[in-house]
Amino acid sequence: MATVFKRPHALKDLSMHYCPGCTHGIVHRLIAEVIDELGIEGKTIGVSPVGCTYNNYEYFNCDMVQAAHGRAPAVGTGIKRVNPDNLVFTYQGDGDLAAIGTAEIVHAATRGEKITSIFVNNAIYGMTSGQMAPTTLMNQVTTTSPFGRKPDLHGFPVKVCELLSTLEGAVYVERVSVHDIKNIMNAKKAIKKAFQIQMAGKGFAIVEILSTCPTNWGLKPVDALKWVQDKMIPFYPLGNFKGKDLEV
Amino acid sequence: MGEKLLMKGNEVIAEAALRAGCKHYFGYPITPQTEIAHYMAKKMPEVDGVFVQAESEVAAINMVYGAAAAGARVLTSSSSPGISLKQEGISYIAGAELPCVIVNIVRCGPGLGGILPAQCDYFQAVKGGGHGDYKMVVLAPSSVQELYELTVDAFNIADKYRIVTMIMGDGILGQMMEAVEFRNQEEIIPADKSWATTGTEMKRDNNMVTSIYINPEMLEKHNQKLQAKYKQIEENETRVEVYNCENPDIIITAFGTVARIVKNVIKTAEKEGIKIGLIRPISLWPFPTQEFEKYAEVPKAFLSVELNAGQMVEDVKLAVNGKRPVHFYGRMGGMIPSQQEILDKVKEILK
Amino acid sequence: MQQEIIIAGFGGQGILSAGRLLAYAGMLENKNVSWLPSYGPEMRGGTANCHVIISDEPVGSPILNSATALVVMNGPSLEKFEGMIVKGGVIITDSSLVDKSPKRTDVDVFEIPATKMASDMGNLTFANIILLGKLIGKTGIVSKESFAEALKKVLPEKKHNLIPEEMKALEDGMNY
Ligand SMILES: Cc1ncc(C[n+]2csc(CCOP(=O)(O)OP(=O)(O)O)c2C)c(N)n1
Ligand code: SF4
Ligand SMILES: [Mg+2]
Repeated sequence: MATVFKRPHALKDLSMHYCPGCTHGIVHRLIAEVIDELGIEGKTIGVSPVGCTYNNYEYFNCDMVQAAHGRAPAVGTGIKRVNPDNLVFTYQGDGDLAAIGTAEIVHAATRGEKITSIFVNNAIYGMTSGQMAPTTLMNQVTTTSPFGRKPDLHGFPVKVCELLSTLEGAVYVERVSVHDIKNIMNAKKAIKKAFQIQMAGKGFAIVEILSTCPTNWGLKPVDALKWVQDKMIPFYPLGNFKGKDLEV
Repeated sequence: MGEKLLMKGNEVIAEAALRAGCKHYFGYPITPQTEIAHYMAKKMPEVDGVFVQAESEVAAINMVYGAAAAGARVLTSSSSPGISLKQEGISYIAGAELPCVIVNIVRCGPGLGGILPAQCDYFQAVKGGGHGDYKMVVLAPSSVQELYELTVDAFNIADKYRIVTMIMGDGILGQMMEAVEFRNQEEIIPADKSWATTGTEMKRDNNMVTSIYINPEMLEKHNQKLQAKYKQIEENETRVEVYNCENPDIIITAFGTVARIVKNVIKTAEKEGIKIGLIRPISLWPFPTQEFEKYAEVPKAFLSVELNAGQMVEDVKLAVNGKRPVHFYGRMGGMIPSQQEILDKVKEILK
Repeated sequence: MQQEIIIAGFGGQGILSAGRLLAYAGMLENKNVSWLPSYGPEMRGGTANCHVIISDEPVGSPILNSATALVVMNGPSLEKFEGMIVKGGVIITDSSLVDKSPKRTDVDVFEIPATKMASDMGNLTFANIILLGKLIGKTGIVSKESFAEALKKVLPEKKHNLIPEEMKALEDGMNY
């Protein structure tokens, strides 16, 4: 019988600890499939963040390093500068990348650091039980914006792709989503392209992935997917911001 | 005293701060203290206060620096990894002699470590942490009621001496619920804040808040002034609980939640004919050295029980000064010593 | 007298709030009480438990090494905690969800189909109250009156209309 579906080699045969309906797991699988398809498991090094995915170093078969909250791009820089032939990716949440780690991500991009950032935006702090994130939408209720996000108290959500695409060192910037099959396939393409760009030595690449947190959004998994479609995508438009036509 | 309420330690800290007149909170989420932020986010609007979720602990502590410079009663709270990030700011606040209160609901380290209870930040809190010859007052409550009372006191101490005052607890204290009785009114000791940067209104000379003194004579003078202040705090603000210390076979020393376990051990041991005393430092700095000197020759030995690899025990040894052996028993990584373990250690020492 | 209770099950079953109600009722009787929850990522979709102490004397450590009573709402928790119950203590299980019986023979065991009973009452969230009913009935740890008072204190005003039903659930548990 022909095998039509199997676990990518780059992903370990473990059950993940994420909540039911969380799309972090899908993103892990996409990264692993791309690593398999490009045949780069042996030279890939991933950097885990602080967030719900703090221990995703246990799930991948490539080498992995756990970083302090927000510092993954700096840690990735260190790894890459020691061995430029490695493929280095960071996996970061929106609190990790867009709050405490803003300086690190901006300057990794500014330097045109040849690493790839997989940025999982779920508009909330998942791990610490649902506080407001920089990416939290206007009026969204969280444990630290109990009356909803308001402009005069909390300011406005940050659009990371739009921000980073103003930097010359960032050569590939794309926003995707994993709320349905078509978008999952697109997300995989974007991750693959971002890795290829790094392998071609072009510069810094980031893929922002809109993702769910049913637990802290207080929604059923299916409703959470719909929330991405109805609420997040209108504010965070999908698509390529930079580097679509780069040769790899 | 008002009605008895059953409340979570973290929420009591926030409520106590509000009662003490704190209207400014800056913080960044981290387990196991985030309920403080949740409480503040809800309650600050009711008192026309300010709650800001900063982008990091580095930012939060510098917001505290600014708010304190502007003369406000201000609070930030975090847990170990976040407190590490605040160290630069704490050193600046100490150098600039600004009052503020910082809560550290300690978790296990090093690094990301774990979120369970620990006391492994004792050295960081009482010996420095940041750079320079500075001190903070460090208070270690062991019940929810004490968490309330010491948080209120912390604001008064901070204002009186223009010093950073830290409340140091652990996840047990932060997460547990116990009865708490709030006073009808808090004693808010008024402090002179004529040094605050509130705008001259063209009516006074300008105020300057700084920690830089390029001239070495001036910087030495500044340091001497700080040290004199610390001396005064040592004299006035040392707090300690001495329990069951008349003719004990052994004196155990423990702070925070560990002291509660020790109190249970004392009861059990009594039934077996072993008399254990307890010296519980409530202020970790200033350390109750005098109390140890007083009891140094009373028991056969001392035993320090801590949730770390042996930190406060160094201060106990300095205080006991070789007059009796000082032993140590500790657990790490979020493991809590059982009563039996502690009792076994006591028996081993007394054998 | 000191009663030490462990309540354990899955997150979302009202484990923590059951403990809190018990502690509140104890406090209203002027006893010394503590309530300590499990916390952190272990709660993500997984287990939840709390330690409750109700005592005539000041509470020492809020962490229990042993307990006088155990209330469990899932199988893994029974396995994890049954060894901690003192001889002569009480184990109460929700037999709708816990398929094994406790192995201990030196404690009083009560197996109550609480989730089934709650579902018959039309409100699954009463299962924890039914189990507490048995605990209160058997141990007299707090009075029914204090429990009713605690419900008033703990539940938000808009849920006070549920109190009569909650008390009915408590009594059903007592009488089972
Ligand atoms: C210095 C420091 N501050 C705070 C924390 C606590 N913390 C852990 S995860 C997290 C936020 C994670 O949110 P996000 O990056 O959006 O990831 P998610 O869990 O949503 O995937 C925080 C604040 C920490 N571990 N270290
Ligand atoms: S808390 Fe949210 S982000 Fe974290 S695992 Fe659960 S659903 Fe996913
Ligand atoms: Mg997030």
